[in-house]
Amino acid sequence: MSTITARPAGEQAESVTPARSAKRSAARAGSRRVSRPAYGAGIGAAIWLVLVVVPLYFLIATSLRGSGDYLSAGPLSIPEEITLDAYRRAFEVGFLKFLTNSLIVAFGAIILVLAVALPAAFAIVRSKSRVVRIGFTLFLLGLAVPAQAVIIPIYLLITRLHLYDSLTAVILPTAAFALPVSIVVLTSSLRDVPSSLYEAMSLDGASNFQIFWNLVLPLSRSGVVTVTIFVGLNAWNNFLFPLVLTQSMDTRVLPLGLWEFQTQYGTDVPGLMAAVVLSALPVLALYLFGRRQLLSGLAAGIGK
Amino acid sequence: MTSATTRVQRPGALWAAPALIFFGIFGLAPIAIVAGLSFTTWDGLGNPEWAGLHNWRTLPSDKLVGSGLMITLTLTVLTWATQTPLALAFGAWAAGPQRIRAVVSTIFFLPLLLSTAAIALIWQALLDPTFGLPAQWSELTGLSANVLGDPDLALWAIVFVLLWQFLPFHMLLYQAAAKQIPASLYEAAEIDGASPLQRFWRITVPQLRHTIIASSVLMIVGSMTYFETVLLLTGGGPGTATRILPLHMYLKGFSAFEMGYASAIAVLLVAVGTGLSLLVVRVSGYSQMTSEREGV
Repeated sequence: MSTITARPAGEQAESVTPARSAKRSAARAGSRRVSRPAYGAGIGAAIWLVLVVVPLYFLIATSLRGSGDYLSAGPLSIPEEITLDAYRRAFEVGFLKFLTNSLIVAFGAIILVLAVALPAAFAIVRSKSRVVRIGFTLFLLGLAVPAQAVIIPIYLLITRLHLYDSLTAVILPTAAFALPVSIVVLTSSLRDVPSSLYEAMSLDGASNFQIFWNLVLPLSRSGVVTVTIFVGLNAWNNFLFPLVLTQSMDTRVLPLGLWEFQTQYGTDVPGLMAAVVLSALPVLALYLFGRRQLLSGLAAGIGK
Repeated sequence: MTSATTRVQRPGALWAAPALIFFGIFGLAPIAIVAGLSFTTWDGLGNPEWAGLHNWRTLPSDKLVGSGLMITLTLTVLTWATQTPLALAFGAWAAGPQRIRAVVSTIFFLPLLLSTAAIALIWQALLDPTFGLPAQWSELTGLSANVLGDPDLALWAIVFVLLWQFLPFHMLLYQAAAKQIPASLYEAAEIDGASPLQRFWRITVPQLRHTIIASSVLMIVGSMTYFETVLLLTGGGPGTATRILPLHMYLKGFSAFEMGYASAIAVLLVAVGTGLSLLVVRVSGYSQMTSEREGV
């Protein structure tokens, strides 16, 4: 239990009236005595820090090892000599092809989702139509549909549309399953727009399309960023749809490529770890340059 | 004023039509189709053929369905029970203003940058019985070196890997929510002489109740997606010790090509998933969440 106490004494009390400050400092002194549980949280955090760092160290250290070094030295030993050989092998297996495919799937899904979700969010916020209201409820229900459970009918649909083993086959269901969350995010960002703005524009004679273009698009920018990252990450990490809907080398995306690497070159762990590092670099770059947006994209759908 | 409001332009249903049609085809229609397919036999290549109740009659006699359901539920409960307290504790801890906490929580978030496949493959290499960590620690502890090949340990290994993967996300939710708790509450409690532990239980936990519910719902609904981790880490093994129901469905459908029978399992999955979600919603009052939150 002691790991749980999170807030050390007094950190929240910034503005207290002078009359109370004597009492406050007394409380502070008192709480300093009982603030030991905060150390518990600190110790827990330190343990978890080790558990997070060790596998990441293993990942990077192994990717820099020679194959022989991996087999002889322990998993956590410091590499005897640092070599980029494993990275070269990762490229030889087809890393660039996998990367290109993953990027195409991610951007395809993002564009498709934004193209249909933005007008839908506009309609949900502004329309009085019953169809739209029922539609919104359907999207909310869609939040709970597990992709695993419908993978067989999706396979059926894709083969019947003659899309099997194409990147389009991956993009379509990936986008569809990202749609409910995207619509919820975009709708809530548009709900913050005061309705007087819409009314003012339409009184000036603007058409729905002009309102959409000049008002909805600029004002939903933060929602669009969140949705872009949410959909992009989903597509980037997706394993199930490509696993079931593609098979050839030409359509292989990164997560499948990693698995392929493991099943075909099972003993080349350094090569596999190098491929894992490479596959994480684009997301790492996103994390470094847009941490806030990345985290909001990750937490999409939960609201803030 | 009334004449002004009647002239206001409003978008019609047409604006929502593309999204609705698209989601209808790839999100909603498949539920109906999978129910239909469960009454057929289909090898995945030709045309599905009507088989009546054959698949549904086979289902109860398939031992792997019963055990798969049990393992799925066990995994859901274990992941929830390990992730929720830790995410709540670390999230509240990370919400503090100290610089060291900000730096440490940045490191905590790093697993978020890795895909499910990447995480599963890292841990598989790290848990390798010959070259991984267990080879070293088994001498010290006497535990099996083949963690993923041991029927008793494999499920716990999966629980741990899922914890490693998903804790940062839930921690992030708790951290964001804990930062929103009004400082005045802590101030008042402090004046009243509440200890840190009391403040945690009386202020932090109640103030985070919506987040606890939301995070739990996500975990329980999301437990259907643990399929990928299990497939990559153990493939459902050793034997069938970790063959969760979604994996059983996948193997029946795409390995044994009994798509009709796999569809029946899928319908069962939808039922279990929906049942779990409804249970959580009912127990927690999730549906009233937005209205309560607006009041804060």
